[in-house]
Amino acid sequence: MSIGILSSILLALAAAGYFIGRARAVSAAGGDTRKLHSLAGFYGQSVALFTAVPAFLLMAAWLFIQPILIESRVSGQLQQTLAPDASLSLVMADVRRLANAIDSIGTADEVAALSPEALTARLGEQGVAMGGDMSVAQVAAANEYRLLSNQSRTGMTVATIALALAGLAFALRRIRIDFRARNVTEQFVMVLMIAASLIAVLTTAGIVVSLLFETIHFFKLYPASDFFLSTTWSPKFGGGSDLGIWPLLWGTLYVSLIALIVAVPVGLMSAIYLAEYASPRVRTWVKPAIEILAGIPTIVYGLFALITVGPLLRDYFALPLGLGNSSSSVMTAGLVMGIMVIPFVSSLSDDIINAVPQSLRDGSLGLGATPSETVRQVVLPAALPGIVGAILLAASRAIGETMIVVMGAGAAAKLSLNPFEAMTTVTVKIVSQLTGDTEFASPETLVAFALGLTLFVITLALNILALWIVRRYREQYE
Amino acid sequence: MKDVLTENAVKAETSKISARKAQVYYGTNHAIKDVDVEILDKTVTAFIGPSGCGKSTFLRCLNRMNDTIPSCRVEGSITLDGEDIYDKRVDPVQLRAKVGMVFQKPNPFPKSIYDNVAYGPKIHGLTRSKAELDEIVEKSLRRAALWNEVKDRLQTPGTGLSGGQQQRLCIARAVATSPEVLLMDEPCSALDPIATAQVEELIDELRTNFSVVIVTHSMQQAARVSQRTAFFHLGNLVEYGETGQIFTNPKDPRTESYITGRIG
Amino acid sequence: MTDLSASPAAAPVRASSSLLTLDARVRRRNAAEARFRGYGFAAILLALLALVWLLYSIFSAGLPAFRQTVIQIPVTLDAAQLDKAGNRNPDEMAKASTVTYGKVLSEALKAAVAQNGIVIEGLDDKEIAGMLSQEAPAMLRRDVLANPALLGQTITFQAYATGRVDGYYKGRVTLDSATRDSNVTPEQLHLADALKEKGLLSTSFNSGFLTMPDASDKRPEAAGLGIAILGSAYMMVVVLVLSLPIGVAASIYLEEFAPKNRWTDLIEVNIANLAAVPSIVFGILGLAIFINMAGLPQSAPIVGGLVLTLMTLPRIIIPTRAALKAVPPSIRDAALGVGASKMQSIFHHVLPLAAPGILTGMIIGLAQALGETAPLLLIGMVAFVREFPAAPPSGLFDPAAALPVQVYNWTQRGDPGFVERASGAIIVLLVFLLIMNTLAIILRRRFERRW
Repeated sequence: MSIGILSSILLALAAAGYFIGRARAVSAAGGDTRKLHSLAGFYGQSVALFTAVPAFLLMAAWLFIQPILIESRVSGQLQQTLAPDASLSLVMADVRRLANAIDSIGTADEVAALSPEALTARLGEQGVAMGGDMSVAQVAAANEYRLLSNQSRTGMTVATIALALAGLAFALRRIRIDFRARNVTEQFVMVLMIAASLIAVLTTAGIVVSLLFETIHFFKLYPASDFFLSTTWSPKFGGGSDLGIWPLLWGTLYVSLIALIVAVPVGLMSAIYLAEYASPRVRTWVKPAIEILAGIPTIVYGLFALITVGPLLRDYFALPLGLGNSSSSVMTAGLVMGIMVIPFVSSLSDDIINAVPQSLRDGSLGLGATPSETVRQVVLPAALPGIVGAILLAASRAIGETMIVVMGAGAAAKLSLNPFEAMTTVTVKIVSQLTGDTEFASPETLVAFALGLTLFVITLALNILALWIVRRYREQYE
Repeated sequence: MKDVLTENAVKAETSKISARKAQVYYGTNHAIKDVDVEILDKTVTAFIGPSGCGKSTFLRCLNRMNDTIPSCRVEGSITLDGEDIYDKRVDPVQLRAKVGMVFQKPNPFPKSIYDNVAYGPKIHGLTRSKAELDEIVEKSLRRAALWNEVKDRLQTPGTGLSGGQQQRLCIARAVATSPEVLLMDEPCSALDPIATAQVEELIDELRTNFSVVIVTHSMQQAARVSQRTAFFHLGNLVEYGETGQIFTNPKDPRTESYITGRIG
Repeated sequence: MTDLSASPAAAPVRASSSLLTLDARVRRRNAAEARFRGYGFAAILLALLALVWLLYSIFSAGLPAFRQTVIQIPVTLDAAQLDKAGNRNPDEMAKASTVTYGKVLSEALKAAVAQNGIVIEGLDDKEIAGMLSQEAPAMLRRDVLANPALLGQTITFQAYATGRVDGYYKGRVTLDSATRDSNVTPEQLHLADALKEKGLLSTSFNSGFLTMPDASDKRPEAAGLGIAILGSAYMMVVVLVLSLPIGVAASIYLEEFAPKNRWTDLIEVNIANLAAVPSIVFGILGLAIFINMAGLPQSAPIVGGLVLTLMTLPRIIIPTRAALKAVPPSIRDAALGVGASKMQSIFHHVLPLAAPGILTGMIIGLAQALGETAPLLLIGMVAFVREFPAAPPSGLFDPAAALPVQVYNWTQRGDPGFVERASGAIIVLLVFLLIMNTLAIILRRRFERRW
């Protein structure tokens, strides 16, 4: 039974539970709803909640765990028959594809009777492309896989409906005149709300665990000291790769530095102008216009770097100056990223400058200081911690940015000072190592998780530091 | 102190600031109407009146602090030593060096005590050497009766002082640029009684060198520190004269009502 | 005030005593003031110029994608050739492949050229056939299979011209560049001009760009956004359905019920930090958890939607909490005062009052999710997909593309025609974002409350 139909059944049961529960409460009170502890609707709600929520949770958990269990069981069987150099994950990918396609070819027995070549041809007709011809063991595994999936799916259907009915019966039996339906319903809703707020924590935990798990896996295959100390990056998908992080970190930091050199003066001066000089009318138009820059997706900036800024820098700067002939370069990515970061610097700085009390400005102006003297000598020193926080947030944003560098910085891992040369960054390499059909056992793929963990740690540290600084700054003027 | 003041002493002073038919508008709101006033040199002048009567607004016109509010417009003439301060040729920066201001809430800059006081002399370029600057800082702090309390910690932040000390620091900061007129907008409203007494005493001393204009909510304070008093009501200058005369024998019935506590 | 009497007034020298003349120092200071102000103004100008430059560059490159050059060819659909069985059964007619239809089309074009008396020196038959997009036979075949009654008739078929001929009318290809291009010859361009003169070739609005699926490397003219728009829409539905209830529930708990202790502090710090985690990290999370562990299919909108939901949640919780906080406590007190439970006071009073703010935050969060690219790359949304996904919910598990990833995909292809397509796709994306943000602004303006 498909998930859609099962969900509809559960929802229908819950709806039925609502009306039955309500009716039961009304009849328990002899038709006089004033005798009930809670409004009649609450009795219905409590029944509906007890019917639907546990069943849906079971279904979600089942869907999540089922493939993990089946996979490990099937691959366990398959492993013994496998040649030692074959990759289990690629073989399993074929097994999964075959398992999903079996029904479109024929019965399990018919499939088992086909020769490997004929099978591949039949699959091709159905639009299913395989990695290679299937061995007998693989076909058997696919059949096993399909069988287990179907059994599990049936099991899930039965279990969830049973649980829903049990919840329904349990909740209905509790209905009496003095049953505190409102309190029970509210407690139930409260538990759901707490669960919702825990999703954020679970997400972080999921990020940390998945990154750590695969990173440890990676360090078993590739020495951590080489990863953190080597200055060459040359992955070879045959083994013997050099996977040093330094060229990537250097590219990341170089691009981010250029971005900040562009964004900080422009963003900060715009914020100062808007906060201290601009008339209200100019402010109402210009501030949202600059913030449009923040609302534009990064893919747009990436394309801008690729088709406009890159060729322009190459033709008018790099080539005449003899600094290179590549349109993707650190400069291209840095410049475009700088434009992207301007609104982060300017709107955060604007908030922070506005938080400086007017009395300080009055004090300075009252002594005969010009507005710019007031800004430079009183407002900016007072706002400095907050502005530093804003710049750190912008830096973390620049370091974690992906699309602009993927499309603008290039793919060559280099330790060079020339800003017109193509270099690469941590995020570019995460994308390039993990896109396409990848095999999860090689260090060349797993390195992406180590890169991701490094990126996560750096940006997290910057964010925490920045938020801490900004928070302390705010407290100072509250 | 007040008792020894004689009418002759006041008359000997010359007029420092004079306003003729001064009008102030906030957008369409007519906040100050037809104010004529002569502020004398080396005298403490108090502006009193109920809240929202325009006394602070008028005070801020005297050194053009209202320029920072875009919707504010001033008409009529206000002159300092006979020169119209709203003349197009006048730079408010230069004006404010001559007409200093102390605000309601102590607002020391988030800098050291020394830098707070040295700020004005530095921006106006009043000194040629560090020694001269040190001297001005010391003199100003002495004047504000703060020197003995802070001389050992001049490099600590001004924000770390107590409220009364902060306000005296702000007065020292204003005095350091050697203004000719010192405007004070309710300088004691955020202070406790002891700090208030200290600041009031200081105001009386400052009179020997400056013309002081003080806006106050407290009639007792006006009586204690000022020689002349102006009573504002609903944007009009109702009555202006000797402090003693205003408080003992007001000419206008509105002044009398305010002083006896029936309005305000 | 003992220390006062000891020191007479410090009287530093002042350069000018009159207010009406500016001294040199004030003049210098005013010049510095003007310079500083000028820097500020220049910074704003620079930021706005960057915005204009960006939009101009994208729009000038992308607008041509909405126009397409087509050649009107009178085609006689010969039943003997296209329906060999002769029974008009689409299943059997499907045996006639695109190659057959290609021959029909190129013969028809040749005939049309000859009939109109167009003679171009040095133009061979292959070049005439090469005027048409490789996608054109497939489109004709689709039309015929959908409507077998067309067989035997002579119809005027609107055949897409090849990308180079199309580019010729958009300024991308010139006679000069054609001499160096192996994909087009100057003679073909002369033929195009001649056809245009006879009214057989025209450039008009390209609705296929919005409805057709992606096309392969050599056929930029036939590449469309249909699957990408649908895939993005599916993902947005998933994000909306999951993040609205979860985000609102979490916000209500944290804002109204959560006790102030270290545990809730941890949750709050967590949410603030999650909002700033690089989006690509969410992509890694999705790859590791949803694809490798849970075994969900790659390229499926459900996985994209789940990843974007996790990414969007903290960005929704923050404005939602702000909206809840903006409802004054007096409303809660009033409800509690008549004996409502805390839960009732929130669901009956606070939530409806905060709804516009919550919706605004939600729309802005969705708009951000719509433009997000990097995490989708990692979960395989870059795959080349020609089949439209089925209707939800099962379609959520079918492979699909997404608008921003389609843009990235097209920029990685060799043919310059794809740059135009990518920019055009961005225009579509920006139009969607503009609509969503306008909606958010209208909501905010319309329902803004002053307490």
